[in-house]
Amino acid sequence: MQPDTINIPQLEASALSVREHIIKMSTDGGCFVGASLSAADLIVYLYSEFLNINSNNLNDPERDYLLLSKGHDVPALYGTFAELGLMEKERLQNHLSIDDNIYWHPNTRIPGIEFHSGSLGHLPSVSIGIAMDIKIRGGSNKVICIMGDGELNEGTCWEAVLVANAYQLDNLIFVIDRNHFQANMPTEELIPLEPLHDKFTAFGAAVKRIDGHSFEQLHGAFSEFPFKTGKLNVVIADTVRGKGLPSIERRADRWFCNFSSTEVEELLRELHGKHVTQLTSETLVVR
Amino acid sequence: MSYEEILTELTLNDERFIVMTAENRALVRHIPAKLGNRFIDTGITEQTMIGAAAGLALRGRVPVVHALASFLSMRAFEFVRTDAGIPGLPVKLSSFIPGFLSDGNGPTHQALEDISLMRGIPNMTVFAPADEDDLIKMLPLIWNHPAPAYVRINTRQTNYKHTHFEWGKAEVISKGHDVTLLTYGLMFEQAAIAAGILKDEGLSVGLINIRSLKPIDEQAILEATDGSKLTVTIEDHFLTGGLYSIVAETLLKNGQTASILPMALNEKWFKPSLLPNVLQHEGFTGKQIAEKILGYKTFYKQPEIAASAFAE
Repeated sequence: MQPDTINIPQLEASALSVREHIIKMSTDGGCFVGASLSAADLIVYLYSEFLNINSNNLNDPERDYLLLSKGHDVPALYGTFAELGLMEKERLQNHLSIDDNIYWHPNTRIPGIEFHSGSLGHLPSVSIGIAMDIKIRGGSNKVICIMGDGELNEGTCWEAVLVANAYQLDNLIFVIDRNHFQANMPTEELIPLEPLHDKFTAFGAAVKRIDGHSFEQLHGAFSEFPFKTGKLNVVIADTVRGKGLPSIERRADRWFCNFSSTEVEELLRELHGKHVTQLTSETLVVR
Repeated sequence: MSYEEILTELTLNDERFIVMTAENRALVRHIPAKLGNRFIDTGITEQTMIGAAAGLALRGRVPVVHALASFLSMRAFEFVRTDAGIPGLPVKLSSFIPGFLSDGNGPTHQALEDISLMRGIPNMTVFAPADEDDLIKMLPLIWNHPAPAYVRINTRQTNYKHTHFEWGKAEVISKGHDVTLLTYGLMFEQAAIAAGILKDEGLSVGLINIRSLKPIDEQAILEATDGSKLTVTIEDHFLTGGLYSIVAETLLKNGQTASILPMALNEKWFKPSLLPNVLQHEGFTGKQIAEKILGYKTFYKQPEIAASAFAE
């Protein structure tokens, strides 16, 4: 079912383009840059190599499903849509325009978005409903729900793991973008999550923990789907918030960013390894 | 004085107060360092935060809790109603980016039913200051009152200097026999612009900053509807359950009727974008409000609308 090998240079090129799209959306009102950059490789991998989702099957009941529960990283998803032909690249320039529907959280007016999000801890349960129906109908579609690590503060995430386990939803994968930050600070300094692998295992899931920026490791983990018959699949993808831009990587004060046009130009050069940006725009705009 | 300054001052001078947040620190950025263990961040756990606030209140504390308006009023609703409402504990809810102030976030973050929900809870009090000046004038009374309270936090700057806040009283800015505008919160600024245009067009115009949605100033509403040919309710809230409903309830309760024009979001969420675009698109700028009341276009220039401070 899965190709034995993946074209890593091509995936890296796609991810680089997605990061460019994200940076270009971080001005004129801004967006959640850090969380988008941490999820970029993961999302590019899933749409390029793992999921049966393309511009021709978006309404096909046999398609796979991806639900973005940490909705604030939607620039990474829209960037991926643009690179893979699900959305016109020019449309990304409409970010925050009153004449389009590209704003800070996903919505179903954009083809390819399965469900709106923004309020954390909702889509784990919505994805359970989709996975349940696929089971009832005897389908083979895969269902993925991407969650943030900060999002795991919300109790509904853990209710969902309990219920998925009770109903043996081995067609469902919860992917945790483990970028080690919540909005304002490192997760372990506020609401510690570790040992996260053990927590999910204790709740009955089959868990894999990988480097979420390594296409090789992503492919290694997802190629083994389903991880164990009758078990919810969980992938903990260790990532870096702000990945690709050293000037904002792992910085608590660079979550929601609204950069000046000059900063955007510099950050694009930084992305290609040719520059270190001196950021002057206001930090820590908290949502 | 800012929201954070007044909260810091009050809390440092009164050890009953505890500042809490469900990882929404925009309003309390500098408070953790100043309050030590009387600052509690429960992470992204609105329900647990409210339950914990009730526990703290049981022990004699007054928790001032922070979260985005939609999550505080809706995700935690049953905890607010059951843990703070039923026992009538003094849990003080500070709801951030209510109404149009959520600008580009989308419907998940649009609290447009919070007034309706919160005023439905017995013992709960509900407030919506017109701007930062109004907010700072209202907070000491709200926070020192024994009832649980929900406040639509509004830290926007306007040029208006508000009067002293009296418990349950509206602020009557002006009275008029042609039309009276009733409003609260963010929409006050645009309503004041609309009132200016209507006056320039020769109308006798009243303007009331409702301020307190519960308890409600029935007398102010009845005087407005009685003394004015038309009463307009202007709110960034769903039509159901907000000020329009409050006015209707007040009239019915007092055996009266009146000509009311409601301006609210009717069975819809607003189109997400930056705040000035949102107001223009949804027809809530001062000029648009005035023209809707007049029934014709005017040549007045809409003053520039400041962007939301937290979307800069």
